[in-house]
Amino acid sequence: MESLKEVFMGLLKDRVGRLGMIGVLIIIIMALLSPYIANHDVTEMNAKIKLSPPNSEYFFGTDEFGRDVFSRIVYGARVSLWVGLISVGISATSGLILGLVAGYYEGKIGTVIMSIMDMLFAFPSILLALFIVAVLGPSLTNTMIAIGIVNTPVFTRTVRASVISVKSMEYITSARSIGLRDIQIILKHILPNILAPFTVQATLALSGAILTEASMSFLGLGIQPPDPSWGSMLSESRKYMELAPWLAIAPSAFIIITILSFNIMGDSLRDVLDPKFKL
Amino acid sequence: MRAYIIRRLMLLIPILLGISLMIFLIMQFIPGDVISGMLGIEETPELRAQLEKKLGLDQPLYKQYINWISKAVRGDFGTSFRTGKDIFPEIMSRFKITFQLTIMAAIISWIIAIPLGILSAMKRNSIIDGFVRFISLLGVSVPSFALATLAILLLSKGFNYYPSVGYVDITVDPIRNLEIMFLPAIILGSSMAGSVMRMTRSSLLETLRQDFIKTIRAKGASEKVVLFVHSLKNALIPIITLIGMQIGSLLGGAVVIEQIFSIPGLGLMTLTGINQRDFPVVQGCVLFIAFVYVIVNLTVDILYTYIDPRITYKAGR
Repeated sequence: MESLKEVFMGLLKDRVGRLGMIGVLIIIIMALLSPYIANHDVTEMNAKIKLSPPNSEYFFGTDEFGRDVFSRIVYGARVSLWVGLISVGISATSGLILGLVAGYYEGKIGTVIMSIMDMLFAFPSILLALFIVAVLGPSLTNTMIAIGIVNTPVFTRTVRASVISVKSMEYITSARSIGLRDIQIILKHILPNILAPFTVQATLALSGAILTEASMSFLGLGIQPPDPSWGSMLSESRKYMELAPWLAIAPSAFIIITILSFNIMGDSLRDVLDPKFKL
Repeated sequence: MRAYIIRRLMLLIPILLGISLMIFLIMQFIPGDVISGMLGIEETPELRAQLEKKLGLDQPLYKQYINWISKAVRGDFGTSFRTGKDIFPEIMSRFKITFQLTIMAAIISWIIAIPLGILSAMKRNSIIDGFVRFISLLGVSVPSFALATLAILLLSKGFNYYPSVGYVDITVDPIRNLEIMFLPAIILGSSMAGSVMRMTRSSLLETLRQDFIKTIRAKGASEKVVLFVHSLKNALIPIITLIGMQIGSLLGGAVVIEQIFSIPGLGLMTLTGINQRDFPVVQGCVLFIAFVYVIVNLTVDILYTYIDPRITYKAGR
């Protein structure tokens, strides 16, 4: 794998990729610095100013409880990114372990692991996530667990496929012939060589996870009130579409910008790390 | 060929059993106790024992599973906690609605995506290509629920048009039904179109780079012949895989759009089941949807052999 600096420079060279990086950076800054950027308390209600249009005090207006939409959007970035990172962390870690094992030991263990993954694949992803949350009960943690489980098979497949192709390389055979143990071969010689497709997969999964969280929250089965989530903000806005269209515009815009930026970044990351995909 | 299909159909059995077992096991994680939820304050030990016996919950877990699955294969998905009605007939009537929505959305997405994808590949690196790529990236990145909300907002504010409420079945009033289904189908279709466009473009470019196309060009074939006679068919396989996956997941995953437009399809039934904690309904819907998804994917696999005769699927491979 190329050095981090090379990858970064490669991303910067691509004009569209740069835009994606800027978008991602904005979302990350919003999430990290939300207490400093938000100018109101996200749960503070004030009936006197409910459904106010955007103004110099409330940049994106206020909602039906008089809460500041701008501050809720800013904190929403934190929630989205947090859910994305943790759930991708869950699926990437479990997918990495399962994929390494299934790829290295192709026999019975591999078959068992891959059959379970195939079964998880037999569900439309949003449905499986909703089903898991329905059983566990809707909450922030359960949303992350559900999305984490749903994305595990993709990681397992990606990792397994790369392990199988790396395994047949001569340097692995020689590593084995000098008597290295399996765990040493996996960690020192296979793992570093499969990181490129794994990283691309993780970036793309991040936007997928953020999208799934927004959909689940939109349906009322993701992040629960009063925590701000873009999906549930958008869902609530539909009741006041006539009176307060700004309630719908702000969360949709941020959902779209976030997912778009991550997708662009994932695409150019793939071009940089895996030039054979470049068309 | 026939042997391959039979083999694939046989393989369905363990996959479906595995899926049903997985659903059954996940259901065991429901916190609290379903019986107390059903009985509420009227709970007495006698009533409890009675109901447990009626629902078969007094049996060991493996017996409960065998009981459930042996009924399910005969089309008996049990009855709803809420309405007391049989679940399977309800699933079938809801499925018809979701099926119609999916097919309409899929056709709309092909009409948009495939010509644009081809155009983009033919005029590679031109302004048109850039425009199509941008549109397809938007299509991939804009979630259908955001698109739907913004479309409703735009139509109501800009054109004074409000989406119709109250579903009418196609057998009752086909024109009214199409009126109701059109907007949701366009929104789902545009969401699907993004990835189909990207796939058409990249798959066609990949094919056009291959040696046999060079040979055909060298023989003096016109670009039209190169494109329509030789390239498209070869480029179709990944596109069909993607379309198959999209249709499969829409058949059970149009939850959000069905909810926004109050279309009483399978997705909405599942969602209502989840919100009312009506577990037999949820279990039945999820099992049915996973079943449909697997069947659609199998159909796509079999379709390959017709499109690409190089794939022969020799038995034992």
